[in-house]
Amino acid sequence: MNLKLDNLCKSYAGHRALDAVELTLTAARALVIIGPSGGGKSTLLRVLAGLEHPDAGTVEINGERVVFEEAALLRHRRTIGTVFQAYNLFPHLTALENITLPLEKVHGHAPAEAAEIARLLLARFRLEDRAGLRPAQLSGGQRQRVAIARAVSIKPRLLLFDEPTSALDPEMTAEVLDMIGELREEGRDFILVTHEMGFARRVADQAALLAGGQVVECGPAPQLFDHPATPQAADFLAKVLKY
Amino acid sequence: MRWSQFFIASGNPGAPPPPLAVRALNCLLVWVILALVFFFCFRQIAYQWHWKSVAPNWEMFVNGWLCTILISAAALVLSTVFGLLLALARRSRVLALNYFGRVYVEIVRGTPLLVQIMVLFYVVAPALRVPDRYRVAEGVAILSLFSGAYIAEIIRAGIEGVARSQLESAQAIGLTRAQIYRYVIFPQALRQTLPPLAGQFASLIKDSSLLYIIGTPEFTNRVQSVNAMTFTPFECYIPLAAGYLVLTLPISLWTRRLERRHQFDT
Repeated sequence: MNLKLDNLCKSYAGHRALDAVELTLTAARALVIIGPSGGGKSTLLRVLAGLEHPDAGTVEINGERVVFEEAALLRHRRTIGTVFQAYNLFPHLTALENITLPLEKVHGHAPAEAAEIARLLLARFRLEDRAGLRPAQLSGGQRQRVAIARAVSIKPRLLLFDEPTSALDPEMTAEVLDMIGELREEGRDFILVTHEMGFARRVADQAALLAGGQVVECGPAPQLFDHPATPQAADFLAKVLKY
Repeated sequence: MRWSQFFIASGNPGAPPPPLAVRALNCLLVWVILALVFFFCFRQIAYQWHWKSVAPNWEMFVNGWLCTILISAAALVLSTVFGLLLALARRSRVLALNYFGRVYVEIVRGTPLLVQIMVLFYVVAPALRVPDRYRVAEGVAILSLFSGAYIAEIIRAGIEGVARSQLESAQAIGLTRAQIYRYVIFPQALRQTLPPLAGQFASLIKDSSLLYIIGTPEFTNRVQSVNAMTFTPFECYIPLAAGYLVLTLPISLWTRRLERRHQFDT
């Protein structure tokens, strides 16, 4: 993926969540965004997902500028797979139906075809025996995996993960991260916001540190993690890697 | 064995319900007390019962009762549709629609049904030149307009009860606004609105009794006609009350069950 963010700004009631974010990436496969809470990571991801209108600035994905008005955003969202922290799934639908809903109603697949795609995906991620269960009957990790399967099912040009494991206990975190690792090996492009530093370092080829609504540092992941160039990045990494 | 065991339930949370015999005893006790109160009152006023003069008019009772069921059922369907439209209007970004929804709901909920019936029957219906023979349809229309305001609030609460995260997820997968309502909000809101909606139906049945005043041939109106001939108010009104209770009690019990089921789900 090529990503170009220029002067991206977003404020909520006077608080500047994004304060002129600048970022240029070419041919990145997996971008990890790290940084302190309240630094603007989630807001940035929501802007990229087309769920938030920036106050100023531009977003270009693969050379294509995102137009922030409703009709264009709807088309944009349909090419992006977004997975939030929690509550991605619709509680009144089964795991299978959660995946087939966008396939049928948004992407125009016939019901049988959509069910087939969903079954194959669930089988691939060892969830086939969960197909008929509702979210309340699934574990937190299974719920997130079904949500990721749904995001993948539409063959998005880009996957966005917003702290997909931060509501899970360690065991479930591992199963979700394994799944994201598999997607990485498949060569799917994604942007991941996470606090799992070990995983971030292993899976990412590019990393960005976001703090105070600005990109403090951005570069190849090994470099940012092992030899941070800015004192802020060094400070942050020292703190989160201390324990 | 202490006496209190027969009359007082355990205060421990999670304790088993009292034995059947104890519950039956207390239930009976309540009925006996109620019966005694009524018996005492009727004796004091030395009321003379004349069931025989009422009995030959049983057909009017039955016809009125059936008419009440018909009016209530029709009004339930219509007012649900109307309430849904009103609820959507109240959430609309079209300001005129939004304000209309708000003003309508506040006026209808803030004024007596009796006044609304009078205004609609003596002002609006003649203005629209509604023929006299449409008395039942008028009743249905009036009740629907009235109940719709309450149902709008029930549906609105149900829609607003759907978590924000659900809307976000629905948006993120690329559903349109209409699709979000159709596939995500309504199915979830329905579960929450069903118990209060059933309760509203019970109210609707009782509220329909006020239509007697414009001569709709429903239960209360028919029973009053019988009373006008026989002058036996209590022989008329006690069956009248029972006739409504037969309809509202099952709904009330069903509502309670719906509420319990909803509790387990969350």
